Amino acid sequence: MRLTVSEQIALRSQGKAPSQLNNQRIAIYGDKATATSETKPLTWRLAHHDAVLDLATYESLRGFEALKMALKQPPEATLTTIKEAVVKGRGGAGFPAGIKWSLMAPPDGGPRYLVCNADEMEPGTFKDRLLMERLPFQLIEGMLISAYAIGANAGYIFIRGEYILAAERLNAAIEELRANNLVGDNILGTDFSFDLHVHTGAGRYICGEETALINCLEGRRANPRTKPPFPQVAGAWGRPTVVNNVETLHNVSAIILHGSKWYQDLPKAKGVVETPGTKLFGCSGLVNDPGLWELPFGYTAREIIEDFAGGMQEGRTLKAWLPGGASTDFLTAEHLDTVVDFDTIQKAGSRMGTGLIMVVDEEQDMVPLVRNLEIFFQRESCGFCTPCRDGLPWGVKLLTAINDGEGQVGDVEKLEGLTRDLWIGKTFCAHAPGAMEPLMSAIKYFRPEFDQKIAQAVGVEVIDAAANQQLDVK
Amino acid sequence: MKIVTDKAPKVDVASILTAEEIAAIHEFMHHYPHARAASLDSLKIVQKRNGWVDDAQVNAIANMLDIPVTDLDGVATFFNRIYRQPVGRHVILICDSVACYLTGYEALSTALRTELGIEYGQTTADGRFTLLPICCLGNCDKGPAVLIDEDTYGPVQPDEVTQLLELYA
Repeated sequence: MRLTVSEQIALRSQGKAPSQLNNQRIAIYGDKATATSETKPLTWRLAHHDAVLDLATYESLRGFEALKMALKQPPEATLTTIKEAVVKGRGGAGFPAGIKWSLMAPPDGGPRYLVCNADEMEPGTFKDRLLMERLPFQLIEGMLISAYAIGANAGYIFIRGEYILAAERLNAAIEELRANNLVGDNILGTDFSFDLHVHTGAGRYICGEETALINCLEGRRANPRTKPPFPQVAGAWGRPTVVNNVETLHNVSAIILHGSKWYQDLPKAKGVVETPGTKLFGCSGLVNDPGLWELPFGYTAREIIEDFAGGMQEGRTLKAWLPGGASTDFLTAEHLDTVVDFDTIQKAGSRMGTGLIMVVDEEQDMVPLVRNLEIFFQRESCGFCTPCRDGLPWGVKLLTAINDGEGQVGDVEKLEGLTRDLWIGKTFCAHAPGAMEPLMSAIKYFRPEFDQKIAQAVGVEVIDAAANQQLDVK
Repeated sequence: MKIVTDKAPKVDVASILTAEEIAAIHEFMHHYPHARAASLDSLKIVQKRNGWVDDAQVNAIANMLDIPVTDLDGVATFFNRIYRQPVGRHVILICDSVACYLTGYEALSTALRTELGIEYGQTTADGRFTLLPICCLGNCDKGPAVLIDEDTYGPVQPDEVTQLLELYA
């Protein structure tokens, strides 16, 4: 159901928040009848209850069962289960959560922290928002179990400042749980105590980088920190800290309920793939039904775009797609039959990232499109290291010149040089290398579009796609 | 003049911040092992009053948190949504990231700038609106999206702009 602005305004005048109304347009359920905690561990509760889940409804839908199970066992049992399940982090990098947890420094009696990374600002990504707005208790249950496993006694949900409704609902959920002995001291009469707070950001993409996030949490500028030491050894306030993404933590309670083998077997409903579990896949761009769907790993990009997102809008043809956010490499129609999981997308020359596909249609000119992406990265650079601070504006300058018909022969080579100079290992964090991925792949697949603009600017005629050679002639 | 590098110049906090603001900041300070962590929350609490934070307020907060005023100003100027100069009664943040770019951001941006008669970073003469760009609002399935104060809208068509702005007096 698509709401027009008039409809959004009409409903708003009835006192409803627009973003709440917009939830109706997120297609997530698939087959409601078969949505159970075993088939759709992330979203099954929404299939049975359309409104925001309150505590009573959450408890009636197996809420906190997993926490109670976990608390009856030693923390190591939970850690082992999560490790064996091989939950690959859903923030974009795919690092296994169990391994991340097991790198926590041994307890020394001091504080230890669990931080939920809810700073979803990657352009093209809109999954954590839904999970927090609609299922706040599920996130907190996942955090409680995780905190118990890693011995954390306090936690923070670091949420971007623009997710106002999600922050309100999480705050309300925490207060309700505090009143019910599910957050605070001696949870459910056990020795386990866990205090939890929501920490809101104020609009900087870099806060999603885990060490920058820790700096921001401490009340500092969100510059990344050097690693090692890793946060598990010296994180927030110098203490052992685990930072996990929202969707990663949403997986935890179902894994405790059903076990690691069940989690490993989930993708087999579709086909044997390397990444266990389900994922919130999504699609945006000019498709018929943009939205989010929880699916086991194993679906191809073509299936997600055509079967779930309803295919390209009438009169549009797919030209390229980003597998999971602005910092991933473009792929083309040739790659549509690639299974969207960490390993397979990597083999195809990109990264799965956050797994939310964004489609680019034939009418798009790649030069201004890439310029838009690079402006975003330029603006959001924290400015802490020189290659990123100076290199990204230089890239934007070149792309602007090419786009405005003022490009010079050799500009594309300069951009290519930039993709080498700002690559992994040459900058302090992954921000600039992330910026280089769409640029590098756009040049790789759509070089003639860059050359065409430059040729027009310098008054050379381009005969075919092998324009490089012609442009090289002075 | 004595140069103070380690602490904010002492001021009478109660004459600059309201009792409610001081109480709210104190509450946030207790969420963390160190008061400094309440920097961003404190700035946001104070920003609610006039829509922005002035030098005296930054100094007063630094006094409360017991940190150098330059550190706090560093935070205040780092984050996009802490304003160090006056803004309009309503702040419009238009998503200019790639998903909205693909779904019609440029036409919407033109319509908004034309309707308001301002460019990005400016405030209308009547002090009603400030227009700023923002990266991805997490509304990519409903692009192009805007955030006005605390309300997210999308998809917004250029011809719907007038109607939308009427909601915000």
